[in-house]
Amino acid sequence: MQRFLFALPLLVALVFGGFFLWGLNPERDPNAIPSVLISRPAPDFELPPVDGVDVPGFSRADLSGNDGPVVVNIFASWCVPCRAEHSVLTRFVEEDGVRLFGINYQDQPEDAARWLDELGNPYERIGSDIDGRVAIDWGLTGVPETFIVGPDGTILFKQIGPILGDDAIRAFTTALEQAQASVAGS
Amino acid sequence: MIPEIGQFALTLALGFAVVQGFLPLWGAARGNVVWMRSATATSLAQLAFTFVAFAALMRSFVVSDFTVRNVVENSHSLKPLLFRIAGTWGSHEGSLLLWVLILTLFGAGVALFGRNISDTLRARTLAVQAWISVGFFSFMLFTSNPFERVFPPPPDGQDLNPLLQDVGLAMHPPLLYIGYVGFSIVFSFAVAALLEGRVDAAWARWVRPWTLAAWMSLTAGIALGSWWAYYELGWGGWWFWDPVENVSFMPWLLGTALLHSAIVTEKRDAFKSWTILLAILTFSLSLLGTFIVRSGLLTSVHAFAVDPERGLYILWLLGISIGGSLVLYAWRAPALEPGGLFRPISREAGLLLNNVLLATATGTILFGTLYPLFVEAISGERLSVGPPFFNAAFIPLMLPLVVAMAVGPFLSWKRADLAGILQRLRFVAVISGLVALGVWYFAFGGPVLAYLSIAIAVWLLLGTLREWAWRIRLGDVPFAESLRRARNLPRSSHGMTLAHAGLAVAMLGFIGSSAWKSEEIVFVTPGTEIQIAGFDVRFEGAEGVAGPNYVANRGTLTVLRDGEYVTTLYPERRNYPVAQYNTTESSIRSTLAGDLYASLAEPADAQAEAQGAWTLRILYEPLVNFIWLGSALMVLGGLVSLSDRRFRIGAPHRAARPNAVATPAE
Repeated sequence: MQRFLFALPLLVALVFGGFFLWGLNPERDPNAIPSVLISRPAPDFELPPVDGVDVPGFSRADLSGNDGPVVVNIFASWCVPCRAEHSVLTRFVEEDGVRLFGINYQDQPEDAARWLDELGNPYERIGSDIDGRVAIDWGLTGVPETFIVGPDGTILFKQIGPILGDDAIRAFTTALEQAQASVAGS
Repeated sequence: MIPEIGQFALTLALGFAVVQGFLPLWGAARGNVVWMRSATATSLAQLAFTFVAFAALMRSFVVSDFTVRNVVENSHSLKPLLFRIAGTWGSHEGSLLLWVLILTLFGAGVALFGRNISDTLRARTLAVQAWISVGFFSFMLFTSNPFERVFPPPPDGQDLNPLLQDVGLAMHPPLLYIGYVGFSIVFSFAVAALLEGRVDAAWARWVRPWTLAAWMSLTAGIALGSWWAYYELGWGGWWFWDPVENVSFMPWLLGTALLHSAIVTEKRDAFKSWTILLAILTFSLSLLGTFIVRSGLLTSVHAFAVDPERGLYILWLLGISIGGSLVLYAWRAPALEPGGLFRPISREAGLLLNNVLLATATGTILFGTLYPLFVEAISGERLSVGPPFFNAAFIPLMLPLVVAMAVGPFLSWKRADLAGILQRLRFVAVISGLVALGVWYFAFGGPVLAYLSIAIAVWLLLGTLREWAWRIRLGDVPFAESLRRARNLPRSSHGMTLAHAGLAVAMLGFIGSSAWKSEEIVFVTPGTEIQIAGFDVRFEGAEGVAGPNYVANRGTLTVLRDGEYVTTLYPERRNYPVAQYNTTESSIRSTLAGDLYASLAEPADAQAEAQGAWTLRILYEPLVNFIWLGSALMVLGGLVSLSDRRFRIGAPHRAARPNAVATPAE
């Protein structure tokens, strides 16, 4: 028994070594963390419009059968990065003709309406998710988050955090172009 | 020409290391003193030739010799001289060269200053050390040669990662490596003792100063790295439980345990096989750190460029050194005789508790760090283990340790009187409670754990001072007598007081800056005002400035408190065109009470930039400077202890001085 105790460190080290050897496999990329939602259908939901904002709400049905991909952005008036991101989204809509849907997350309707009045409303439809239940189904980790949804209602891309700065904008537009190309090709 | 000299010197050093790996061992087995003593000469030769190689590489960096691939990839002619020098160890290859330089430095140190160590033990220790050298010299020459040439030479270099172009980081790797690699000599001592089959008080006494030196450097290295992360990364935190931080922290924790268990081995001839195991494992964890950082095994912000071939080579090195030493341990350690007996309340028991808690904490961090790898290997699922796990697992282990830490130094060997000690500490307990209540009254809010931790940190600080006062009988005897006692107290005892107090001070910093931190992230245009922690901050605007190898946007923030001007902060966002990299230079107003910390993030887009709109991050971190102050105290404590008479003279069996006071606490 005592012998075994003295050999225990060796056994533990051997087990660790085995895992390390496996971990060195060159095809393994420890940085890749696949999102659970990518290539899955968008979750089922139905959201009412925001009171005092003149665009309709939307549901799962509005995300499929479109001509091209749509962008779903989860935002809130109390979120500072959303304010920064707003001008980027507006430019996507105005200059690139992107179709943008919004999910207004845990926000008072009057705050959201005032926010959109002040900054302008680039959203085609906005669903009001006051209790935040729908955002959970979307796997929200923090506002803002932005998804690209294909015409068949499949989630193609997910941006966590604001689309700000050259790198993030480039990654997002690349994903959007690929989504458009795959629609045109099929 | 000079790079070739460097490479040649490296090859020669490898040759000497191979000789040193065999000859002294044979000498020790046959009792041939000349062969045993040859290790002294070969150790010095290894150091000399590694130094030549290191100097050759440094020269290539200083003069920007772009025929050397490593210089091309990590330097630029416009870089300031200090960072060209620091570039020597900024890359994987260069830092390995620094690694072996320190390795040979410690070997030569034992060869020169270990004259009082028995011939056989010294010969075996240096032979084991030489085996480690062989492993790393060959690793460098075969997979990571720093002197590789490139043809045709490019006109200029690709620049060092700008995040690394910083004074704090220029000093961080050397200190960290002295710590990491310093434990190699302790490891060699342990393996040599196993080969010899004998561990005694003299062995522990020889090992302790080396452990202490390595521990001090590691403390300074970790503190410096954390300070760098704090002001350079612009996130405002000082510890993120990142895998690479964890792998430097684990040897520190285990090294701390070793430092304490070696005391028991030295004074009481107990804990022998445990001390040996700690010595082996501490260096194993240092090697593991080297492996994880350089193999791309785990995802981390600090990792070097990834190369599976190198990873495999280090894994073999790890397997041979750790596996080999643990086989030896399993075989020889059961034969070591157990030492003296002790009661449950005694200094031995106190140090045992220290060791159990520190080892458990190390195991927990090791498990948390590698857990993602284990899960991925078994189930293919990917996950990450973040600060919530580490905080939840680590803090409850550390708080009891700190509570016990104030009591420990009062305990006497073999059997102690706990009631009497608690009697002495009752005022300390009362004051600690009052301080926590006082903080609660003024700060109000924040987690309950924070108040408990404050009480415990104050308990440790005052308890440590109380112990010191008790040793010199401050207040019980005339002041002059206390002063005389303080002078006669061994330096290791003063060192312990400083180091323990340092931990208490650092704890105050940990607690203050985690529990009462305020943070604002705002979208600012010129004229925007922000209120934070009683300060009024106004964003005046941002302007472009140019540095030697970068261009920057510099924001101007005017800080007022109660309408009075306090300071102006200039956070910068730098762009390094050659390396194509952006960095954040935060601007900090530092006081002992806390830091006001501002950093500038990217502008929203080109349009926002034209309007002068920026995302600004402002933090107030109370007491954060206590962390570095406490770390400095710990290092100072180590230095004072290292200058102790016993270590300087080092004779293992020396008669006690006539006027020696009670057994020193350490």
